[in-house]
Amino acid sequence: MTKSIRMDMVFAHSNDVVAREIDGMLIIVPLTAGVGDMEDDLFSLNETGTAIWNMLDNKKTMKEIIAGLKKEYKAGPGEITRDAIGIVEELLKRRMLVAATST
Amino acid sequence: MKEKKYVVKKDLDSHLLWKGEGPPQAQLDIELTERCNNTCIHCSINMPANDSNTRSRELDTEEWKNILRQAGDLGIMTVRFTGGEPLLRHDFPELYLFARRLGLTVLLFTNARLITPQIADLLADIPPLEDIEISVYGMKKESYEAVTGVTGSYAEFRNGIQSLLDRKIPFVVKGALLPPNKNETGEFNAWAATIPWMENSPPLCSMFFELRGRRDSAARNSMISRLRVSPDEAMVILTKHPESYRREMAEFFDRFASPSNDRLFTCGIGPACVDAYGALQPCLALRHPDLTYDLKKGTLQEALTSVFPRLREMRAANQLYLERCARCFLKAMCDQCPAKSWSEHGTLDTPVEYFCKIAHAQALFLGLVKKGEQAWKVQDREERINNLKRRITA
Repeated sequence: MTKSIRMDMVFAHSNDVVAREIDGMLIIVPLTAGVGDMEDDLFSLNETGTAIWNMLDNKKTMKEIIAGLKKEYKAGPGEITRDAIGIVEELLKRRMLVAATST
Repeated sequence: MKEKKYVVKKDLDSHLLWKGEGPPQAQLDIELTERCNNTCIHCSINMPANDSNTRSRELDTEEWKNILRQAGDLGIMTVRFTGGEPLLRHDFPELYLFARRLGLTVLLFTNARLITPQIADLLADIPPLEDIEISVYGMKKESYEAVTGVTGSYAEFRNGIQSLLDRKIPFVVKGALLPPNKNETGEFNAWAATIPWMENSPPLCSMFFELRGRRDSAARNSMISRLRVSPDEAMVILTKHPESYRREMAEFFDRFASPSNDRLFTCGIGPACVDAYGALQPCLALRHPDLTYDLKKGTLQEALTSVFPRLREMRAANQLYLERCARCFLKAMCDQCPAKSWSEHGTLDTPVEYFCKIAHAQALFLGLVKKGEQAWKVQDREERINNLKRRITA
């Protein structure tokens, strides 16, 4: 799965979900059927996840997002890349994210 | 090695969800219309479906959208669309979609008669994320329509249910125990057990009906009063499984056995409810005009954060209430509240005899009061509650 995420790829929030920021927490609410495992599932992202979610703007490539995270977070470069790819994979699997155009 | 999880499922019922204070309330009730396509004999709110005067006073689509938008901005997570029958509104699909696109989950209260295949398709494609709650008035055409007063209503209700089942749209059912259907309880429970989302829980069944919240018909109130179960009948129903009832009540009294003193809103108030005309009420049942807030002139934020919190400080002044309810250790199990007092007496703090009798009947069964004893005069309540707990554990 990891190999399918390339550094030149661009991602956008899916129209199948609605993201809400409430009291400093990002809540992702399924809009269409089949996004959650159960019909009443809602989701939230951790701090890193929220930062990455906000960068997934249909413009930035994965490479640019990871470069941005490296400036902001103290962590090994390998860890940041793994986290970014891990989050994108999970969001794609849950239909919360869609792959946009490659640059 | 354990796989790292970045996306976490959230339980919105958890009070520990938010980092700070969170939104002013989790749910907002929205009474889209007071009109209903049924004319149920026990109902506290229904107006005729084709009442043009009532319809002309209702908020229009854009006004409702404005309120929904404010709810979303405040961080409210769920709106309950109720009525009357909310599906009577021709703009229901538009308002439903608008709410869902704001990221609100929708709790729909309906009699299911207007759940057409088109509405069911909408609910299947864009799920409400809350189980739909459907009121059921009988298991046979004769009993159902004796309650609803509408010929053909039973077939429409059944069609609505089937449309939901066909599409696997989660719903639960609830009943109302009334003379026309009182012999169908077993059949109702058995049918409810076949509904996948009931999770083997018997359906809730109302029997202590509220009077008209608008205080608009003495004749209707008189009829509703006659339809209520008596305290003796209530005890037969409530104590069908006496040991589990005693256990539940012992646990309840372990936590909630203190008199409320003169504080009126022991419930904490809410969720607030926007009525069909834009007045925000403290809750779905309390329609006292002095306690509502006009959302056509102000904002949901001001009402929920500045105006309604002050209601929690309101105190009872009625001497009878102060002598009885304020001192009564059964207060937490009694349905007495400002909304009930309003609908029965037109005040906020008058004891409602019917609910007092129901609470005393339960207390008598549990050994918390003696026959004829008034709970507000009991001095040794802690000892009696301890005795109840001891009997459970013995």
